[in-house]
Amino acid sequence: MKDFQTHTISVYIRNNPGALMRMCQIFSRRGYNIDSLVVSPAMDGRFSRVSISAKGASDSLKQINLQLEKLVDVVHCIEHTDTEAIVREMVLVKVAADATKRGEILQITKHFGGKTVDFTDNSLVIECSGASSKLDAMIALLGNYEIVEMVRSGQMLMARGGNPT
Amino acid sequence: MNAAEAVIKCLEKHGVEYIFGYSGGAAIPFFDALVTTNTDIELILVRHEQGATHMADGYARATGKPGVVLVTSGPGATNTITGLITAQMDSVPMIVITGQTISPMLGKDAFQEADVFGISLPVVKHSYLVRSHEDITRTVNEAFYVATSGRPGPVVIDVPKDISSTEGVFDLDAAMDLPGYTVPGHGDKDKIKQIAKAFKKARKPLLLVGHGCVLSSAEEEVRELAEKLNVPVVTTLLGKGAISEKHDLSLGMLGMHGTAYANFAVKNCDLVCSIGSRWDDRIVGKLDEFCADAVRIHIDIDPSEYGKMITPDYWCVGDARLILEELILQVEECDSATWVEEVKQWRQDYPLKYDKIQGGLTMQEVLAELDKQSDSEAIVATDVGQHQMWAAQFCKSTKGKNWLSSGGAGTMGFGFPAAIGAQFGRPDDLVVSVSGDGGFQMTLFELSTAAIHKLPVKILVLNNSYLGMVRQWQELFFDERLSGVDMVGNPDFVKLAESYGVKAFRMSSSDDVAKVWEEALAYNDGPCLIEAVCNKTDNVYPMIPAGANYDKMLLEAPSEKLDKPTGST
Ligand SMILES: Cc1ncc(C[n+]2csc(CCOP(=O)(O)OP(=O)(O)O)c2C)c(N)n1
Ligand SMILES: [Mg+2]
Repeated sequence: MKDFQTHTISVYIRNNPGALMRMCQIFSRRGYNIDSLVVSPAMDGRFSRVSISAKGASDSLKQINLQLEKLVDVVHCIEHTDTEAIVREMVLVKVAADATKRGEILQITKHFGGKTVDFTDNSLVIECSGASSKLDAMIALLGNYEIVEMVRSGQMLMARGGNPT
Repeated sequence: MNAAEAVIKCLEKHGVEYIFGYSGGAAIPFFDALVTTNTDIELILVRHEQGATHMADGYARATGKPGVVLVTSGPGATNTITGLITAQMDSVPMIVITGQTISPMLGKDAFQEADVFGISLPVVKHSYLVRSHEDITRTVNEAFYVATSGRPGPVVIDVPKDISSTEGVFDLDAAMDLPGYTVPGHGDKDKIKQIAKAFKKARKPLLLVGHGCVLSSAEEEVRELAEKLNVPVVTTLLGKGAISEKHDLSLGMLGMHGTAYANFAVKNCDLVCSIGSRWDDRIVGKLDEFCADAVRIHIDIDPSEYGKMITPDYWCVGDARLILEELILQVEECDSATWVEEVKQWRQDYPLKYDKIQGGLTMQEVLAELDKQSDSEAIVATDVGQHQMWAAQFCKSTKGKNWLSSGGAGTMGFGFPAAIGAQFGRPDDLVVSVSGDGGFQMTLFELSTAAIHKLPVKILVLNNSYLGMVRQWQELFFDERLSGVDMVGNPDFVKLAESYGVKAFRMSSSDDVAKVWEEALAYNDGPCLIEAVCNKTDNVYPMIPAGANYDKMLLEAPSEKLDKPTGST
C-alpha cells in the first residue's frame, strides 16, 4: 500500500433514495477505503451535504471525483486541502473515573476545550470538537485512564472565504 | 387513468414503437394498460427477459432510438441484468421497466420481491424506485432524457404494483427535476484550436474512432476530417462504420484482433487522436507503452474518461459531431503524404487472409462471401468469440449503426436477439445475426419470437463444435490443455430451427458457400437459419496478446511457446 493519502471531499447531492449507495459504490469499486462519511440535509432540503475522508492513491482519486460528478444525483463534488477548508470533528468519550482521578481528567478536558456532559460516581462523558488531530491528542492522553466507550462523528468540512463547499 | 396507463401514454409521447417484454404478476397492470389504452405500441413477447434486453439493445443500436423493456419483479427483473450491463458497457440507450411487489411489502421478502434497485445499481446509468404515482410521469420523462442524452446508457424504473395500479390525474409532460445532470455539447473552442495546431506539427497522424462517433451520428464529419487532414483512420470494434471501411483512408479495426496495417499505423504514428473511444484494454495492450511517444489527443463526451486509462496531451469534452464540425473548420491538410503512402503499403503487404481447406469450410470464407453478396450493406449483429472477430475483419461496415456487437461486456447470447431488435427497427434492411455454436445456444429460444413475427432475419450459426475463442487461448497460452471448451452434445441446428418452423440451410464445404448464401439471402418469408459447419481448430490472427505491446503482434500461428498474457482476460 504505497503513498496512500487521506483525501477530503465534499459532495453536494440530490437527496434521493439510493444516492448514497451510488457514491459508496464508486469508492469500493476503486478499492478506496472510506474513513469517515458525514451526511446531513443541506440548507435547501432537497439536497444533502456529504463530507468524505478516504484513503487511497491520489491519481485514482481524481478519477473517483470525475465519476462522482457523473452521477445524475450529484450537483458538485470538490476535493479540499486542509488550508482551504475548515475540517472539524466531534468526539464523545466515556472514561471510568472515581473521585480520585476526576481532577486530572477534568484538567485534560479543559485543556482541549472539551466539556463534561455526563457525570456519575464512576464515569464521565467528555464532549470535544475540533480538528481531528486535536481530538487524537486528547484521546491519547485520556488513554492513560480507562476509556469505556468512544464515538467520533467523522469529519465535516466547509470551504473558507468565498469558495463553495 | 391509472399510473400504468399513464406510463404507456408517456412512452407513446416519446415515440416508442415496440416494447420487448415478458409478463408476470407484478407487471400485470402494465400489460393490462397495453390493452386498455388501445395503444399503437406493439408488445413483442419474448421467450426470456435477457432476450428482451438484447432486442431492445439491438433496436437502439440500429436505429439510434432508445429500446424499451417491460418485465416482472424478482426473477423477471434479475434476468435483465446481463442485458443491462451489456448496454451500460457500450453506452446504449435503453429503458427497463420492472414490476415490483406492493409498496407495503418492500423489504419483507414478499413473493418475487427482489431489490432490483440495489441489484442493478452498478450496471445502469441511472435508476428509479417509484414511491408515489405522482412521480411516475416525471420519472419516465427523466428516464428518456437521461438514457438518450450525453453518453447514453440504460435506465431502470422499478414500479411497485400498488403504485402502477393507482388511479389519478397525470401530467404526461411533467417537468424534469435533474439539477445534478449536465450534458456536454459543443467543445471548448480554445481546446479545439489547440488540437488543430497539434495536427499541424504531426507527420504521422492517426484518427482512432470509436462508438461515440456512431452514437452521435458523426460519420460524415469523421470522413470530412480525415479527408481534409489526409489522415488514416482506425476504428475500434464498436466504431466500425463510423467511416466506411471501403474508404481509402480507412484501415479497419485496431487492437487485439485488428488488421495488421491498422496496428502498424498505431505503432508508428506520431499523433493519435481518439474520438469517442475510451482507450479500452483490448486496444491499448500495454498501457504505459501505448503510443507513448506520440502526441495523444482525446475527444469524448464523458469527462470521467479523462485520464482513466491514458492522460492525453490535449483533451476536449463534448459531442463528437459538434466538436468535429468545429475542428474541420480549424484544420488544414497535414504534411502526411509520405505517411499515408507508407500505411497503404502495409495494407498491400499484410492483407487479411485465410486459407481454404480442401473439402471443409472456414468461418472467414463464409463471412467474406456474405460481405460480397450483401455488398457490405447488411446490418451485422454478432455474438462473442472467434466468429465475432472474423466478422469484424471480413464483414466491412460501410455505415454507422450497421454493426451491432457486444464490445465492453462481451456478452455471449447477444447477437441473435440483437438482430431481432434491429430487424424490428429497420424492417426494410437486411439483418444478419452471426453467432457461434456456443453463444447461439444461450438465447436460441428467441427463434419463436423471430418466427412469430416472420422477421426476415438471417441467422448464421458458425459451428466449430468448440467454445473456439477460449480454446484458442488454451492452445496458445496454456500448453494446449483444453478444458471446458468442447461443445459435444450440440443439437442438429437445422432440425432445431425447423422445429420452430424456421427455414434452415446448411453449408459444410467451400463449394456450398456461394449457393447457400444466394438462397438464404433470397428467402424473405420469415427468418432462416444457416448452419455453417466449420473447421474446428482455426485460430484468429492477427493477435496481440492481452496486455502486450504492439511489437508482440502475431500475424500467424506462433512457432514457439508464448508467455501467459498479463492483460485482462
Ligand atoms: C455469457 C458468457 N459466458 C462466457 C463467456 C466467455 N467466452 C468468450 S468467447 C467464448 C467462446 C464462444 O464460443 P462460440 O459461441 O462457439 O464462438 P466461437 O469462439 O467458437 O466462434 C466464451 C465461452 C462470454 N463471453 N460470455
Ligand atoms: Mg464455437
